[in-house]
Amino acid sequence: MDLLLNADTTAEKLLVMCVAILLFVGVTAAVLWLVDRPSLPRWVPLVGFLGPAVALLVFGLLYPAARTVLGSFQARDRQTWVGLDNYRTILTEDGFQTVLLNTALWVLLVPTVATAVGLVYAVLVDRTRFEKLAKTLIFLPMAISLVGASIIWKFVYEFKPDQPGVRQTGLLNQLLVWLGAPPQQFLLDPPWNTFFLIAVMIWIQTGFAMTVLSAAIKAIPDDIMEAARLDGAGAWRMFASVTVPSIRPAIVVVITTIAMGTLKVFDIVRTMTGGNFGTSIVANEFYTQSFPLGQPGIGAALAVALFVLVVPIVLYNIRQMKLSEEQR
Amino acid sequence: MTTAANIPPASPEDLVEDGRPERGGPAGTTVVPGRRRSLGERAARARTKLSSPWASLAAVVIAVLWTTPTLGLLITSFRPELDIRRSGWWTFFADPSVTLANYEEVITGSATSSFAAFFVNSVVITVPAVVIPITLALLAAYAFAWIDFRGRSWLFVAVFALQIVPIQITLIPLLTQYNQWGLSGSFWAVWLSHTIFALPLAIFLLHNFMMDIPRTLIEAARMDGAGHVTIFFRVLLPLLVPAIASFAIFQFLWVWNDLLVGLTFGSNLNVAPLTVRLGELAGTRGSEWHLLSAGAFVSMVVPMVVFLALQRYFVRGLLAGGVKG
Repeated sequence: MDLLLNADTTAEKLLVMCVAILLFVGVTAAVLWLVDRPSLPRWVPLVGFLGPAVALLVFGLLYPAARTVLGSFQARDRQTWVGLDNYRTILTEDGFQTVLLNTALWVLLVPTVATAVGLVYAVLVDRTRFEKLAKTLIFLPMAISLVGASIIWKFVYEFKPDQPGVRQTGLLNQLLVWLGAPPQQFLLDPPWNTFFLIAVMIWIQTGFAMTVLSAAIKAIPDDIMEAARLDGAGAWRMFASVTVPSIRPAIVVVITTIAMGTLKVFDIVRTMTGGNFGTSIVANEFYTQSFPLGQPGIGAALAVALFVLVVPIVLYNIRQMKLSEEQR
Repeated sequence: MTTAANIPPASPEDLVEDGRPERGGPAGTTVVPGRRRSLGERAARARTKLSSPWASLAAVVIAVLWTTPTLGLLITSFRPELDIRRSGWWTFFADPSVTLANYEEVITGSATSSFAAFFVNSVVITVPAVVIPITLALLAAYAFAWIDFRGRSWLFVAVFALQIVPIQITLIPLLTQYNQWGLSGSFWAVWLSHTIFALPLAIFLLHNFMMDIPRTLIEAARMDGAGHVTIFFRVLLPLLVPAIASFAIFQFLWVWNDLLVGLTFGSNLNVAPLTVRLGELAGTRGSEWHLLSAGAFVSMVVPMVVFLALQRYFVRGLLAGGVKG
């Protein structure tokens, strides 16, 4: 039993992995075999098929979420009830004001810029010879972990002191030097550093926007395009008056989806600045307060705030999906 | 998270060009093809598309902007440590010197910091965290799609709605629970967490795919006296292979690249995945680019290969609404 909980060599770890999978397969097979007898009442197979998933969701999502909501009204000892104090703290204290403002910046900038660039690029490379390769290049950042992406960009922003004989190793500072400007500490100086972090998320999300929008563009009926062309519409006119209106539902879905992902992003801020220098956002501050600072009450309030911010976006998204389905 | 499935396919050749498999019905059903365009007509259209050199220039600029950062780090990872400190990676083209020393140091370095051990952790975390949720979600999706019961649509909406719970909101209570069971800091806690977080999206997506399967197939099997398990394995599973593949890639990338769950439940060195180690390295030795660059690529190589090899399935999943926020 001890081995299963504390595997420390490679062989042991792989063994534990195999045991876990076999155990799971065995239990699942047994359950299915038991519930699928013709003589049993109808609800038995239902419980067998649906039970495990529902039980896990109740245990791992519903119950903890409820606990966290309760916890957000408690002090750090997780016993004393403090009413709305935690919420008052995160809404009024200066440090948290910055966090909320940064979060707003992220949610506004990432979806709009990523969608705009993705859309323009999708139109530009549509039906060209290099379409596949061109798309893969933009798409690839999606496969990279946010931590990896953060390191890639940290290197772009790398700063070396501005002294004779010292050469810049960060690409962006080298460009500044070539242009005759002094090198900058991109990640240290608020408020601009937040924008340099936001750039990383835009870089990652553009591929997603491009993929979905590209599929939407390809689905525009040819006769509409043809008619516009016969009317003498130029490339720009086509884009603004035919392409964009035709794929509006897809654009809304992409923007809202990226907005939701952006609200929850934690890895970039954590890896690049650790949330210091005035760059923290709600998703990262939650972690800092809950674990390193030992303030579970504040952390819980932040998590609830995150939830409250996500819900309207999701509801809007679902409504849009319904609308676009009715239109068809 | 959302459905982009409101995008009907264009003509088949477009789908192939686009790297998107045909979203036709499963085997045994016919796909109504769109209008075919002659080659000449399509060439003419392509010419009118990108006639302007400015458009081509804009596309090239975006592509360069998007690839340069990664390329810079890749080149850096093969340069000697001293060179990295003294000059930018762009000087490499004028004065190339290549070494594998950074990779050696990162992979086999001192026992506590070697990436090899963390690589194993990532593999051990990822395999069950992909297999288990997919299996459970398939069973649940089957129940939602093909077993009639009261409150079915209500329960399905509830599961769908759970996707909007940010995982941050569940971490502290889960951690407390694992501590009580003595599971915290073990693989079991990480597997269980990833399984739970994957279920809502997996059920939703697989259910969508299952609804595309013609009812008559299932009805026919029922008439022959097949039970649920037989129908599930014999009739549905073979048809769902592409759907399972696309979700598996999603889940694989999600788990392999995850930091938050790994950091919260697998903080102990024997369990921590590559991302946790890499994040730590960026924090503690942020200026040692020879280690950071090589480490980053060690952690990226597996998802990149999987992604490039199976891009088609990934895109398909994306367009069917598999977006994990």
